[in-house]
Amino acid sequence: MNEHLTSPRFKENAHEALGDGNLQQALKFLEENFIARRRQVAAKLPEFERLRDAARDIKDHTLAHLDLYLERYEERVKAAGGHVHFAVTAEEARQIVLAICRNAGARTVTKGKSMVSEEIALNDFLIRQGITAIETDLGEYLIQIRGEMPSHIIAPAVHLTKDQVEADFRRVHTHLPPERTLTESTTLLTEARNVLRERFLAADVGITGANFLVAETGTSIIVTNEGNGDLTQTLPKIHIVLATIEKLVPTLEDVSQLLRVLARSATGQEISVYTTFSTGPRRREDPDGPAEYHVILLDNGRSAMLGGAFQDMLRCIRCGACLNHCPIYHAVGGHAYGWVYPGPMGAVLTPGLVGIDQAGHLPNASTFCGRCEEVCPVRIPLPRMMRAWREREFERHLSPAAARRGLALWAALAKRPRLYGAAASAAAFLLGFVGQFRGRFRRLPLASGWTRHRDFPAPEGRTFQAQWRGGRRR
Amino acid sequence: MADRTASQQQPKRVGLFVTCLVDLVRPSVGFAAVKLLEEAGCTVEVPPQTCCGQPAFNSGDRNTARDIAERVIAAFEPCDYVVAPSGSCAGMLKTHYPELFHGDPNWLPRVTAFCAKTFELTAFLVDVLKVAKVTARFPGTITYHDACSGLRELGIKAQPRRLLASVAGLTLKEMPDADVCCGFGGTFCVKYPEISNAIVGKKADRIAASGAETVVAADLGCLMNIAGKLQRAGYKVRVRHVAEVLAGMTDIPAIGESQRAALKASA
Repeated sequence: MNEHLTSPRFKENAHEALGDGNLQQALKFLEENFIARRRQVAAKLPEFERLRDAARDIKDHTLAHLDLYLERYEERVKAAGGHVHFAVTAEEARQIVLAICRNAGARTVTKGKSMVSEEIALNDFLIRQGITAIETDLGEYLIQIRGEMPSHIIAPAVHLTKDQVEADFRRVHTHLPPERTLTESTTLLTEARNVLRERFLAADVGITGANFLVAETGTSIIVTNEGNGDLTQTLPKIHIVLATIEKLVPTLEDVSQLLRVLARSATGQEISVYTTFSTGPRRREDPDGPAEYHVILLDNGRSAMLGGAFQDMLRCIRCGACLNHCPIYHAVGGHAYGWVYPGPMGAVLTPGLVGIDQAGHLPNASTFCGRCEEVCPVRIPLPRMMRAWREREFERHLSPAAARRGLALWAALAKRPRLYGAAASAAAFLLGFVGQFRGRFRRLPLASGWTRHRDFPAPEGRTFQAQWRGGRRR
Repeated sequence: MADRTASQQQPKRVGLFVTCLVDLVRPSVGFAAVKLLEEAGCTVEVPPQTCCGQPAFNSGDRNTARDIAERVIAAFEPCDYVVAPSGSCAGMLKTHYPELFHGDPNWLPRVTAFCAKTFELTAFLVDVLKVAKVTARFPGTITYHDACSGLRELGIKAQPRRLLASVAGLTLKEMPDADVCCGFGGTFCVKYPEISNAIVGKKADRIAASGAETVVAADLGCLMNIAGKLQRAGYKVRVRHVAEVLAGMTDIPAIGESQRAALKASA
């Protein structure tokens, strides 16, 4: 399942990312745009902070009664003529998708943007089974033709510059005349549209994710800006909704509250261009819609997070605000995190899904600056949960041996004020004496992690506590 | 200097939590804090101390963090207040200590009392002592970096600026993204030095572009990181802790600066 997992190589990935000029240019764009847009749109809504509280409470309530709402949801989907499939693992979900496709004799599948489909590596699987899977979201389409993973949960190709996109189109769309201009976002979009339109019409099955599943009505909801999701789910004979269990929300009223914080937090829009509600297959009076409507409810590790230290993570509505505001994400982008979910939300979720032994770097690669929690629309305490992963790591002796030894030595001193005072005095004296001429060090033994990139300020020479005990007061 | 009401005639006994970095690297910050607190009418004590335990806490070693927390709480129990010249350490003491004693009925009342009387220096001066101005002079332009823990765990943003505004001769030049992390992050800066470098590199550029001669913040860890990067990158901006400026103790060399350079700069 995790053939694409490179999280254990986080440091190497980060090193490459820091040296990638295109990526750095793209990240600068992200940092400059997303933050300002969210700030502006939030400032226009006086009740924004209270809406965030309400959003948190709705998700908490749902998670506390998830069994109940899942049962109700299943009942409502069936009543509307749809099918519900429960999948415990990624493999089960893939097999259910395959069975539906085989049953319908499907050869081509179109897909709306779905992070869960990335999580279960569905495209690779379908292709191995002889089924063509085509991504229809522009960003997803781009990374599909590049053979990449998404680098952002709402903007999968945010790591690319326009020049790179043009080069990829010319490489893949061989019908393109060389004189055709592809330098603007709009011309690129038109080109993608022309290619994708034929695919929509040829598809036998359309697969989408879901932003929300509504228990009281059995409705699945997708939020998009391109309209590709609508074509994906209404044109083919069969619509499959692939969603994880924590997407449940009790009522339409609850959804309307969550929608108010989702788009604002994500793209800084008041509401996304398309918010599409699907309930069951096409009814007799409907002008269009699929003949079959399937929902695959995937667990894949979520239920194990219920009732534990990481339950709050299941509140996540995948807006991406934590990525957009994260200094680490701004520096290295999404691919460095090495799997489907990057940034602060990925640093908490990924270890839960692939194991802390694989994803240990992710919750460690944080300064705990707290900006993610500050902007999270459902107030997930992301730094606290990253720390909880570090605790798991520490308990299981997974953190690097050198770091553990250093920490143990420091702890032994920190618990003994006298011994600590003596050691601190010796260090302050030695470093202060050697460093007094320049006032700082360009190199220090055992501190190359610091001095490779910055100078180290020389201590003044005597510790505060030694001077205080010696009678100095001012 | 501070406007005090009649009910506050009894001097407040403040325990200074000096922080391990100030103790080791820049004791002047500690003495600046003492000066500010005494001028505001407090008596200052310095109980024997090592560190707030944050390195252990953030490395996942809860037992060590708890052990250290118990010692800190006990050591400062006789004081009316606990004041630290650091938003990061004050944030640890005030907002994270309770997590370490969760569900422990023996310790919780002591922890709650400890948290209630613990403050970051500028927040204590402004919010508790109602200090409206300081007596210091500082001829020059300053830009202020909001260190993360003070800003986001304790809500400190206005307090240091209010006090800086009262320093005679001082001009505050705000920089864009003053509230964005400097990339220090405690052990983060040595565990992921390349990423930390990229972040502090941006911060250094922002500081230099502000045109201010001096950058000031309330956390020595961030300041050492920022000073080290500014100096390695060849920028001439000087770096000081906010307490030094507020206490008028700016005759000492700036962070990472030699005596000679300091003399040259003041000449």
